[in-house]
This record gives sequence, structure tokens and C-alpha cells, in this order.
Amino acid sequence: MSAVPTQARADATRAGDSLVVRLGGVWRITRPLPAWAKVLAQAAHGGPADRPCAVRLLMDEVEQWDSSLVRFIYEVQDWCRTAGAACDTTALTETVRHLVEQLALAQEQHVPSDHSKDFLTNVGLAATDLWRQTRDFADFVGECTLSGIGLVKRPGRFRWRDCFSEMQQCGAMAVPIVSLSSFLVGLTLAYTGAIILRQFGGDIWVADIVGLSTFREMGAVMTGVVIAGRTGAAFAAQIGNMKTGEEIDALETLGIPPVDFLVMPRLLALTLMTPLLTMYANGLGILGGMIVSASVLEIPPSAYWIETQSTIDLSDVSVSLIKSVVFGMLVAVAGCLRGLQAERSAAGVGRAATSAVVTSILLMIVADAIFAVLFNVLGI
Amino acid sequence: MNATPEPKTAPPAIEVQGLACRYADTMVLNGVTFTVREGELFFVIGGSGCGKTTLLRHLIGLLKPAQGTVRYFGEDFTGAGLATRRNLLKTFGVLYQNAALWSSMTLRENVALPLEQYTTLSRRERDEIVALKLAQVGLAGFEDYFPAELSGGMRKRAGLARALALDPRIVFFDEPSAGLDPVLSRRLDELIRQIRGTFGTTMVIVSHELASIYALADRVIMLDRDAQGIIAEGRPRDLAATSDDPRVQEFLTRGGEETKTA
Repeated sequence: MSAVPTQARADATRAGDSLVVRLGGVWRITRPLPAWAKVLAQAAHGGPADRPCAVRLLMDEVEQWDSSLVRFIYEVQDWCRTAGAACDTTALTETVRHLVEQLALAQEQHVPSDHSKDFLTNVGLAATDLWRQTRDFADFVGECTLSGIGLVKRPGRFRWRDCFSEMQQCGAMAVPIVSLSSFLVGLTLAYTGAIILRQFGGDIWVADIVGLSTFREMGAVMTGVVIAGRTGAAFAAQIGNMKTGEEIDALETLGIPPVDFLVMPRLLALTLMTPLLTMYANGLGILGGMIVSASVLEIPPSAYWIETQSTIDLSDVSVSLIKSVVFGMLVAVAGCLRGLQAERSAAGVGRAATSAVVTSILLMIVADAIFAVLFNVLGI
Repeated sequence: MNATPEPKTAPPAIEVQGLACRYADTMVLNGVTFTVREGELFFVIGGSGCGKTTLLRHLIGLLKPAQGTVRYFGEDFTGAGLATRRNLLKTFGVLYQNAALWSSMTLRENVALPLEQYTTLSRRERDEIVALKLAQVGLAGFEDYFPAELSGGMRKRAGLARALALDPRIVFFDEPSAGLDPVLSRRLDELIRQIRGTFGTTMVIVSHELASIYALADRVIMLDRDAQGIIAEGRPRDLAATSDDPRVQEFLTRGGEETKTA
């Protein structure tokens, strides 16, 4: 018993058919603590084999204690209940007994919180959620349209300063990453086309493949993806964080619609900058194709350029422009909407950013498919 | 703690020596020296911007003092190595002004995290401690709730449960009544007193709430922005009655108006 004076200990000794548990030492939750199972096993080792029919707890040798002691006593009590033994706690101090009671009571009281649901409920919730989201999206697009009309009527009240800084953020600052990705896509397209065209001796048509697919598809889509990851996520995080800090509420109570103040500058900036970035991306895609052609297929750049010019006409350029304007709008709307819908917590802001990227990419792919059908029907 | 009284020679819970802190070029506090005895309900008071929260952030090690030392139970905290520092961090809990519960975790996970970090308890044992702590702050059964699903007062109490998770010997409170109505604020005061009564925990409370100061404080220090340090120390009632410093008088009697605190 005098082994280590400060270590928490529980020594069990058999006295007839009852067990006396002497608690002692310093009981600190962050230190090593005796385990009830071990104490029991030790007591059974020396004494009679049958289970004790009473347990008496003594704590006069305890120097310091905290919740760990309370928990230990609760465990002993719990064991006694299941083993059908009597638990004598009369030798404990009033405070400890009270805390053990409190713990026992807390174990019983459980306020159910609805986090786990069955399969059918989840499906139902997902369905209603999808409907609600569609409606929210339509609402939001409507609000943006109204706000846009207001902007045309009174351009003086628009936050041009915010709009310009957003343009710089989402346009000029995105140039390096857009350059790299579109250049590499052009390069890849040229390599892929060269494999087949070479077999027919039609090397020069690499320029057609790269030019057409860049202008009609890849330029706008790649720019859209980059914008979604860079700017859409940033919009959602920014606005979501403002919502958490009640900044959106402050705007509302001042009578400033958040759509006018936060969404329109971003929407306008992205709608204007995405076509510019896309045109730039198209150019770099063709440059990538040209470099592959010159170095691998030995087509002189001048011949490549003339071939590109002969295939690309104004309709391809306008397809690229139309797509990019729509993609820019979709990314801005999805980013801002997710930000405004964000839950007021750090995790909520994170989810909003993720969801903004997913939503904008999904919307862009859907829009791209619609465009493909539409342009086919119209013969553009 | 409460089983046997500490011997008279025991070092004080907190000992601050010549603490100075500055942000960039502005000196906020200079030469702050005080001690907090074990089991004391100690208030740091003063007007807004006097450096109360700054002092607290130095005490709990979030800011490094420009000068001076902080000792816990005689052990140096300011210049402590990683191991000692980790050890000392276990001896205190902090209730932040906005409770600072981790929003992506349930109350159970919030309270259990310190236990997971610093103890070898099994999952079941941890859950029992969590249940006990939540029951102590009057939130029995709310284990599976997320902080966002609770009211401000409940969040604060949950924050207290987390601060108490490791049964710290010292608990720091940053403006515990901020954002609470007078009734909830009084309940929290009650809870603070009750926990001190049960575990003999030392409580250091940063506050400018007169009602709490008069109701709870064993001793206060008052900070002042221009003095960059302590301008008064003692029991709040004594200070209000005897101090001839106009700044102390003004603060403790709410600018001359008679206090209506119970």
C-alpha cells in the first residue's frame, strides 16, 4: 500500500463474502488509473472463487480526486448492479456520492437528436431537397435578373469599384493558370490527332482538329473549369463567411439587397472576363498545336496558320463567345448562391465552396450539351 | 484538492512577474505583477481596450510576452520547453468568449477531444466522463447535438464543459457573460461558484460585468489603458468603499451612479 504514494490505487480485499475496495492516492484523469476489471481479477486470485455479494468502497486514503474517481465508482456500481451484488457507498464523501448520482442520471437522460435516418427518409429528403434547390436556383436567377434591370436603369448606383477589383481578381489574376491549362490541352489535342492523320498522310489537318475543337469546345470548357475552381469557390467562401459573420444580415437591415451589393458586381465581372479569358485560351491552344506540329510533324508554322485560318470562321468564334458568356454567368450564379445559402459555421462555409464548384461544373456540362444540340439543329 | 487542504508552503496557482506586452510598436501592458492563490475566484476587470483580453491571451500562452514570466504552481510557463508546456496546458481550461466550440463536431466529440488527447481512457469511459461534464453544466443528454443547434447560453455552457473535460486546476473565462441575458448570466455565475465549490478549481475571469464581479470575486485586479497595468487590487467591495482613485471609483460605481446589484 505504501508503494507509490501519489499513484491512484484501488486495493480489493475479501472479507467473508463481501469485497472491500480501498481507494487511495491522487486520482487525476490525465494520469494512469486502476482498472476495475483488474482489481476484480486480483481479488479473485487470492480469495474464494465465488463472486462477492457486496462491495464496500472506502476513500479515506484518497489524497486528491477528480472526475476519474467518480467514473470509477460509477463503474463499480454498474458492475454491482449487473452482478447482483450490493454496493455500499456510505463511506464516501457527500460530494463524491452526489457526483456519482449525477453521472448515473446523465446516462439515463438522453435527448434524441435526429442525425441518423433510415433509407426511405433519406430518399424522400433528397427528393424534396432537389426540388427546393431547383426552386431556389430559379428564384435566385430571377432576383439577379431584376437586379440587372435595376442596374441598367440606374447605373450610377452600381458598385463599379467592387466590380473592377473582382474583374482583376477573376480575370487578370487567372491568366497564368488559364495559359498553362489551355496550352497543354492544345498540345494534347495535336498529339492525339497526329496519331491517326499521319497514317493517311493528312498531317496538315491537325490544324483543323486543334482549331475547331479548341474554338468550339475545349477553350470555353477549360476556362470554365478553371474559373469554377478558382473564382466560384472563392465567391462561395467569401459570401459564406460574410453570412457567418452576420454581414449579410447587416446589409438586409440597411435595406441593401445582398444581390445588388454582392452578387451583381461579381456576376458582371465574371460575365465580362470569361469571354476574354476564353479567347486568350483559344489562342494559346492553337499555339500548343502549332508547336507540336512544327516539332513532331514538321509542318511549318506558316502553313499551320493558313490552314487554321481557312477552317475557323466567324461562327466558330461566336460559338466560343456565347458559350463562355453563359459559363461565366453560371459559375458566378452558382458561387454566389451557394455562398448565400451557406450554413453559419466553418464547416458550412467549406461545404458551400465545394458545392459551388460541383454545381458550376455540372451546370456547365449540361449547358454544353444543350448548346451542342442547339447548334446542330441551327446548323451553326 | 478538496480531500486535503494544500499545505501553506504550496506555490500559488498563478504567479505573474513583470509581464509586458506590446503589439507592434504600442505598449499595451507593462510591468504587470500579481499572484492568484489556489481555489480563488479571481477577476481581471477594467474598461474596454485596457488589455484584459490581451493579458488573458498571454496567461494561456497564445501570445508571447515581450518581458516577464508566468508561472503555474511554481513552474515556469513562459520559457517552458515543449514537454513542460504540454504538461502545464493540461492544468488549465479556457472558456472563450464565443465558446469556440468546433462547429463540425457534436458536443460529445467536442468534450471528448481533450480526453482523447491526454488520457488513456477507453471510448466507453470517455463517454461517461462526457456525460458527467455535460450534466454538470446542465446539458445532460445533449451529446449528439451540434453547436449550431444550440442557443447562445447552451453553447457557452457546452464550452465550459469542454474547458472542464480534463478536470483542470485552473479555468480561465473570457467575458463569460458576453451575449447572455442577465438571468442566464447569473446562472452561469452560479455554475462557476458551484464548480469551484465541488472541485476547488481556481477561476480566473476576465469581465467588466459589475453584477458578476460583486457576486463572485474573491479578489480583483483592475487594469487601465493609460497606466498600461494594474491600478487597483483587492476585494471589489473594499475597493469601491476605500479606493480614492477616481478611475476605480468610476468603474466600480458605474460612473457615480449607485450600483443596483444584489
